[in-house]
Amino acid sequence: MTGQTPPPVLEMQDVTKTYMIRRGIFSPKQPLHAVNGISLKINKGDVLGLVGESGCGKSTLAKILLGLELPSSGEIFIDGEPAYQNGDRTAIARRIQPIFQDPYSSLNPRKTIGSIVSLPLRVHKVGDPSTWRKAVEDILDIVGLPRRVYDSYPNQLSGGQRQRVAIARALIMKPEIVICDEPTSALDVSVQSQILNLLMDLREELNLTYVLISHNLAVVEHIATKVAVMYLGRIVEETGTDKLFEAARHPYTSALLSSVLTPEPGLGVPDSGLGIAFPNPINPPSGCTFHPRCAKAFGPCSVDKPPVIQDADGSVECHLYA
Amino acid sequence: MSAVLEISGLTVDIPVAAGDLHAVRGIDFSVDKGETLCIVGESGCGKSLTSLSIMGLLPKRAKINADKMQFTGTDLLSLKERELAAIRGNRMAMIFQEPMTSLNPAYTIGNQLMEPYLRHKKSSDKEARERAIYLLERVGITAAASRLSQYPHQLSGGLRQRVMIAMALMCDPELIIADEPTTALDVTIQAQILHLLAELRNEFNSALILITHDLGVVARVADKVAVMYAGKIVEAGTVEEIFNQPLHPYTQGLINCIPVPGKTARGSRLGSIPGIVPTLIGDIKGCSFRNRCGFAHDACDTNDPFHTLNPGRGYRCTLDVPACEANAKELASA
Repeated sequence: MTGQTPPPVLEMQDVTKTYMIRRGIFSPKQPLHAVNGISLKINKGDVLGLVGESGCGKSTLAKILLGLELPSSGEIFIDGEPAYQNGDRTAIARRIQPIFQDPYSSLNPRKTIGSIVSLPLRVHKVGDPSTWRKAVEDILDIVGLPRRVYDSYPNQLSGGQRQRVAIARALIMKPEIVICDEPTSALDVSVQSQILNLLMDLREELNLTYVLISHNLAVVEHIATKVAVMYLGRIVEETGTDKLFEAARHPYTSALLSSVLTPEPGLGVPDSGLGIAFPNPINPPSGCTFHPRCAKAFGPCSVDKPPVIQDADGSVECHLYA
Repeated sequence: MSAVLEISGLTVDIPVAAGDLHAVRGIDFSVDKGETLCIVGESGCGKSLTSLSIMGLLPKRAKINADKMQFTGTDLLSLKERELAAIRGNRMAMIFQEPMTSLNPAYTIGNQLMEPYLRHKKSSDKEARERAIYLLERVGITAAASRLSQYPHQLSGGLRQRVMIAMALMCDPELIIADEPTTALDVTIQAQILHLLAELRNEFNSALILITHDLGVVARVADKVAVMYAGKIVEAGTVEEIFNQPLHPYTQGLINCIPVPGKTARGSRLGSIPGIVPTLIGDIKGCSFRNRCGFAHDACDTNDPFHTLNPGRGYRCTLDVPACEANAKELASA
């Protein structure tokens, strides 16, 4: 490579999102730190797997990236430029598009497929209306749908076909980054693999960057190039997929990995040792927020916030490696 | 070992505008005390209707028929609604898929937990309450006594699913049917719930029918597996037989679809099953999988034989075992 390396396609610097929650009619509002200081760099062509339990803030992070929520503080850069210039979120929406989990509820049942897929073009007033039909048909070809579905309604399509429509809608704006929020978990097994294959093909053909939010670690292992593990609004470990699955460092990552049920008979159901108590995010535990569930907790864990250790492999936030 | 549930030739037809929808088309299975049977299949294969027909909860217009449908020796089909109601929730219980929607939002957890016990065991409130607290603790809910006065919306998804399990166990049932009990949950909680189900099954020596499409779950908890496709069982066997020697091309396809950490090469194309499930309305001839099968030949248009290799092990295909094994190799290497 000559000259300077290109800036990461997406960079987050210390992004936070705090909601003010009222727990009773007369009680004062309390802060809930849904996303609590996240810094991430995603390079062109990466597939970042974002994993963690429900309530860890991964969906809030996705909303911030999509411009659906404004961060409370912190900066987001796309190709090195601030994403929220003059509070205009249409710029971010043009370059980052979502694919949602449930294709049964994410498509408007009263609109035709043509209308659903062309909506982003109409919203952003891209090109001449006479070209829209052609653009939709081209994208339908790319995601493997027959052109005749243009005038169909979502209820005439199968689950896999609907998810292809959702993918077509995301891709019609030619985004650089696609946020896939559990793209296959509402689908049947045989259809899941088709959609995963399609996502991998599209990434190569269109040079896309994915943020893949999933709690199916087998899927993340299969298509992600790097993985960030979230716990209570923080990224506790971030590293390349190989490193993470071979030698996870954070005890939470190890526990998550040990809960994966691989299709190997005779091994029984693993016990992750995590217990059931996901902590209350309004009143998080002191020190390291993971310490009440951690098998390796020791002295400082309940007192001090763990340091972030950055090295060649990535980052980990744990007292064990201090 | 005595069979808790024995079913043969079960069919369920649902009249629709275009004719009869043959949702379940003649299935046979049995499950013993202390045994876990997993029914695997995708949406629309008839697995949920099968479980509802065992519980006697089918919609009124559905037509059910069976050569044999015996629960601990009692013929379920000959029972009157009132007799069935005395068994349901008492000697057999069901854990439904959606903990968010299958609990009544207007009643407390305690109320809903105690109801089957009060009704079937004719117990006092105090006994029912103690039983409810005991079971909530057994399913790993802390501060169980105080939970009884809470409403479903005050609990997280994982806790609600635990409440559903506790509710199913209230009357110490001989048969538990769990329909996708962990699909909506995090992996960590999924592992705990399955752990718990297996533990409770051993402790109470109940028979467990687990309906799922997650092959990871099947591999880890099943003793026996029945793979369903388009209303029929296409392959049955022990869990080892199904995973180590899958014979039906649909079973083989399903196993090839899922990435296995450490085994599937990262980023490689996953196997897939092209095409969609055929319509089950009207007369269906031959093998219903033939349109999606890479090994289909002329005989598949008319024949759909089930080969029993030994009791409990069999598959539905026009090909013989060596040919099916060769197909499996071809699919796995493709």
